[in-house]
Amino acid sequence: MGTAQLLLELGAVLFGLGLVGRLASRAGLSPVPLYLLAGLAFGTGGLLPLAAPDGFFEVGSEIGVVLLLLMLGLEYSADELFGQLRRQAPVGVVDVVLNGAPGAVVALVLGWGPLGALAMAGVTAVSSSGIVAKVLTDLGRLGNRETPVVLGVLVLEDLAMAVYLPLLTALLAASGAGPMLVSVAVAASVLVLVLVVARRHGHLLSRLLASDSSETLLLLVLGLALLVAGAAEGVHVSAAVGAFLLGIAISGEVATSARPLLEPLRDLFAAVFFVFFGLTTDPRVLPQALAPVAVLVVAGVATKMATGWLAARRAGIGPGGRIRAGAALVPRGEFSIVIAGLVGSAVDPLFAPTVAAYVLVMAVLGPLAPRVTDPLAHRAAVRARRAAAG
Amino acid sequence: MEVEETRLPGVGLRHDLSTRAGRRVGVVSQVNGDRELVIFDDDDPDLVRTSVRLTSEEGAALADLLGAPRVVERLARLREQVQGLTTAGVVLPEGSPFATGTLGETEIRTRTGASVVAVVRDGEVTPSPTPDFRFAAGDKVVVVGTDDGVAAVRRRLGG
Repeated sequence: MGTAQLLLELGAVLFGLGLVGRLASRAGLSPVPLYLLAGLAFGTGGLLPLAAPDGFFEVGSEIGVVLLLLMLGLEYSADELFGQLRRQAPVGVVDVVLNGAPGAVVALVLGWGPLGALAMAGVTAVSSSGIVAKVLTDLGRLGNRETPVVLGVLVLEDLAMAVYLPLLTALLAASGAGPMLVSVAVAASVLVLVLVVARRHGHLLSRLLASDSSETLLLLVLGLALLVAGAAEGVHVSAAVGAFLLGIAISGEVATSARPLLEPLRDLFAAVFFVFFGLTTDPRVLPQALAPVAVLVVAGVATKMATGWLAARRAGIGPGGRIRAGAALVPRGEFSIVIAGLVGSAVDPLFAPTVAAYVLVMAVLGPLAPRVTDPLAHRAAVRARRAAAG
Repeated sequence: MEVEETRLPGVGLRHDLSTRAGRRVGVVSQVNGDRELVIFDDDDPDLVRTSVRLTSEEGAALADLLGAPRVVERLARLREQVQGLTTAGVVLPEGSPFATGTLGETEIRTRTGASVVAVVRDGEVTPSPTPDFRFAAGDKVVVVGTDDGVAAVRRRLGG
């Protein structure tokens, strides 16, 4: 294949994504579902199959996952994570159990086995922190009293991901009970080791990376992220988790100045990741996934609403805020796809298309949920106030 | 009055307080430096009714507007607390020799021992004016010093 063709197709895809992204932001939507659609359209069995950029998209999508998780880790410090865990642990357990259950049940009914159930539970459990944060910002809700609860749930989910992803990777890689146990043990001990070291000696890492030139900082952080991700992948802890843990370990000023540098890169490669996922998913299978997806969507909205209600009530928030907290948590997105990307076709050929369709619906429905439930929340708040006054 | 601080994991901090009249206002400070002024709803105490996004510059300007009169207020209180210290607002008359001069040219601190802590013009307060601050007739110059020092400032400015 010639360079000309590669550049042309790559350029066409990126330019097309840009146009699609502009449409999405005009309509107040997250671009993630549209990237997926674009991938589906250009992939095998799609409307307009592309021949060339598979190689680039494959590598690019790996980098995309690393950057997505690295940026997520950079947002938090180890202290913040442990603090949330101490205060909110019961909420995290309720969230994971309540929201993981529908995925697990549907997977078992479809005959995907225990591993498929574990993977699908992860897909339905984890909200999209990217979409949630954007919706809260766009609606001017960062100041709301239920917002710390919503953000707290997201933090706990991210922390749960740090445990969940290596376990899932280890289980997927191993065959037989013995090797499975060994790889799970390796994954768990690496995880604990990194978290403890990050908490005690994170500042040393930050000192190593600190530099005056933004160019140097970018290269150092990105290079180290890829090194750590590669090493993590090597011991079956999953590249994504390696990057996430590195992000947590980097703190203070280095984290603050690295974030704006990495953001455009993350946006580019995350888009590539979503498109690649779409490319490798055959849209002709989608109709078969419709029934389970419909069940998962209804259950997914209901369980997140319940989680938000319970978490906010625990924090002493009124009924209006409880409804808003639940609605804010509805969107699923990048992490569901990260999980599906890890699983690939290891569980069932229908797994990836199901997740793709699920995320397509939830990422579109999610940002609408707060607007739809707002009148309800207002009525609940007014009623509660009257009850308190009378 | 109590200012409550709440952590917003991954976003920043929220500070809020209830006014005596029962309204709740707050400020959301994001990690990237953006500020948001938030005003809570009357019906639903958990809901922000209005939020105003402010750049760091706009936030600083707003803080000056809200905070500067308090500097003058605090001075008034300080005067009551510290014996022998006087504050006064000296209005710069039309015919003053410094009506268009700068603060540096008045040499107030060297010649009288008193300090200019703020200038009020058309209700707008400039706290701690720098030596290159240019006066205009009608400015109220807020000075702090001994009784003699303040009287000397009054004479010097022709007030």
